[in-house]
Formats: sequence, structure tokens, C-alpha cells
Amino acid sequence: MTEISHHIPEDVLAAYATGSLQSHYALVVATHISMCMDCRAAFEAHQALGGAVLEQSGKEPVSDRLKDALLDQLDVPYDEAPVFERAGVYPGPIMEALKGKPPKWRSLGLGVRQSILSGNDEGSVRLLYIPAGQAVPDHGHNGLELTLVLQGSFSDETGWFGVGDVEAASEDLEHTPIADAGPACICLAATDAPLKFKSLVPRLLQPIFKI
Amino acid sequence: MLNTNPIAKPIKRFPRATQISGWSQVPGEDASHVTMKSDQQTPTGQIGYCQETRWMLAVRDERCKASFAALFDHFAPRLKGFVMRSGMGSGQAEEVVQEVMLKVWHKAHMYDPARAPVSGWIYQIARNRQIDVIRKENRPLPEQLKEEPGMEPDASQIMGLEQETNKLKQALARLVPEQREMIEKAYLGELTHQEINAQTGLPLGTIKSRIRLGMEKLRHELKEMRRDD
Repeated sequence: MTEISHHIPEDVLAAYATGSLQSHYALVVATHISMCMDCRAAFEAHQALGGAVLEQSGKEPVSDRLKDALLDQLDVPYDEAPVFERAGVYPGPIMEALKGKPPKWRSLGLGVRQSILSGNDEGSVRLLYIPAGQAVPDHGHNGLELTLVLQGSFSDETGWFGVGDVEAASEDLEHTPIADAGPACICLAATDAPLKFKSLVPRLLQPIFKI
Repeated sequence: MLNTNPIAKPIKRFPRATQISGWSQVPGEDASHVTMKSDQQTPTGQIGYCQETRWMLAVRDERCKASFAALFDHFAPRLKGFVMRSGMGSGQAEEVVQEVMLKVWHKAHMYDPARAPVSGWIYQIARNRQIDVIRKENRPLPEQLKEEPGMEPDASQIMGLEQETNKLKQALARLVPEQREMIEKAYLGELTHQEINAQTGLPLGTIKSRIRLGMEKLRHELKEMRRDD
């Protein structure tokens, strides 16, 4: 694997570590941390600071029965939540979002496909499949857009993005990512709004394609 | 192995079984973690750790309930205070405390003292639980790092992380009240990512480098081990 050169922005990583990042973005961050030792270390550094805050929190007396009830429960059998392992190019957090199944792709035309992992009023997160030489349609977005490369690579006005790299695009960035030659580019992309494609799919069709 | 001073000569990757043999008392009941005695019958390499780490390792490796009770006594009132600060009532806060501490017991095998102080590890579990309760959704979590079963990172790495954690605590305590309040708000999850200033003024970079170093070392040693096979 080539060295990861585009990381999660610091404020976004801090928001994730403190648990205040919206869940669609959080999936991208959790996936990137699964691929990037540097951001994992930064995430754990935030945990250490969170621990320091916890240590210095004012104490509230707990009732006596709480401890007894807890100690009584220690030997009760415990159902471990299933752990989702990486499968192919999809790290554990994506496999969890896919509930362990392969993605269900829907065509967007010209060989471009998407698989929506989750979406609501707050935003959405999806897998994108872009054949070599093909463009992800030029689009704007209301706020932050995070795009993480899982396979292949893409380039746009701002640079080159390989496996593990994240492009963090703010609202004012108009960009046209194009998949490089080689295997199709597979990305995980999160936005705070439905993507507003300017070409490829007319606006009127957006509700149908959920894009 | 008679060497009980991990600073002088780091103990490398001892199997857990030898690390815990003959260790049945509640760790942390004496002050050996500050005095660094060398004649104790404590497990090799644990002598310099702070008491929370030793309790947690006893819970992880021996399922020691006395150590778990000690962890409870230390963390439960703080956890309750922490959770109530984000507006939860006393009753519901105690439920969260109970669930978090039960997770500490059941997920103890995932605790890695080279990468997280006990307080940070519990903080993370508590925030996950709060998010589950408040937002009714599971926060996506990173994959666990794969490590060779039964192997420990060396003691100097663990103690180095503890030192950095202490520095961080002191730095936090020294902040002016407004600054400290902002940090507390952030780590309680009360700030959005637009509101979070990544520059906290705290030595997060140093502790990050320390954790990163531990990961590098582990990866390097695993490579070496495979080469020896």
C-alpha cells in the first residue's frame, strides 16, 4: 500500500473522538482510522484527553445497591456483539454498515454505480464505483463532503487520492474527481445533503436515484 | 526473569501466563508504584504502573473481582458526575454507569495499556453508551488492531504513555477556567465539529507520537518475529 497522504481534518477527527460527529461522517472516519495508523494514534490521543476530563469530573455519590447489583451480574453469561471483519476492500466498519453482505449496487449510468449505506435528513453515506477514466459527476454540496478511497485512485483539481486517502471538500469547492487508469475506483462518500449532480442525471431524477 | 525495573531494561513481550503467575492480591494496595521496590513478588514489569492500570490488568488477565470493585470505587462516582453534566438525571445516570462498568468487565480482553490509559478507555466506552442512549444509534467504530495473542507490549512503552497522560492531566488542570470549560464541553460531546477548535493548547501531539511509536514498535517486532520463524 502506498503511504496515506490525505488524512481526516483535525477538527473532524476531534469531533469523532468526542462523539459529536454526525453518524454519516463518523463511518468515514472510523473506516479511515481502520486503514491509517497515524489517525488511529491521533484518535487515541483524544481518548487520553477525554480520560483526563473524566478523571477531573466532579464526583457524584452512587447508591450502594448499584455496586452490589453490578458485582452480581459479572458471572451472568454475556452475548458479545458480532465483530465484522474486513472483507476484500471493505474494512470492518463498512462491513458492519453492510450487515456483512456485499454491497447492492445501482447504476447511475456510464458504468458509475452507487450503493447507499444510510441516509436521512442529516445527510447520507454511500459507496461509489467509478470505472477508470470516468468522472464522478461534478457536484456541489451544502457543507462538508468526505470521500475515502478504498480501491484504485482518483484525481481532481486539488490533487491525487489513493487507497486510504480522504478528500475533505468544503462547500465552496467545485471539483470533478476522475478515476485514474487501472482498477475501478471504489470510494466511501459522506455528505450532509443529497448530492446535487450537475450533469449525468438531471435534477428531476434526483429523488428517484436518491442522489 | 529477576529484573523488576522496567526503566533500566525494558522487558520484552513476555507471555501473559508468566506475567500474572502468583498474583492474587488486589494490586495497588501498597505504594510500590511510586517507590519502585525491587523485592516485591509482583508480576515482572507491572511494578511501575499506576494503580488503575494494575487493577485493569488484573481484571483483564485474572478476572479479579476485587480489582474490578476497586475500579468501580474509583470511576463510578466520576462517571456519574460526567454523565449528569450532560443533563441526565441521577437515576438514568446510574443506569449508564452500570452499563459502562459492565462493559469494562466484559470487554477487558480488548484493553491495551500501551495505547490507552484506563481513564481514556473508559471514557470511550462511556461516550459510546451515551450516544446509544441519546441518539438511539450505534457510533461506527474502527476495527480492532490485530495483535499476536498472549503477547504484551514492553513495559517502557506502557509507562511512557502513563507519563504522557499525567502531563496531559496537569496541563488540563493548569488551563484558565474558560479554556478548561471549553475542553470539558468538547469531550462531553457538546460542541459540533465546526465549534471544535483542534488547537486545544494541550500537548496532544506528544501523546499521539508516543502511541504511534508503540504501534510502530509492535509492528516492527511482529515483522522480526515472523522473520525468525
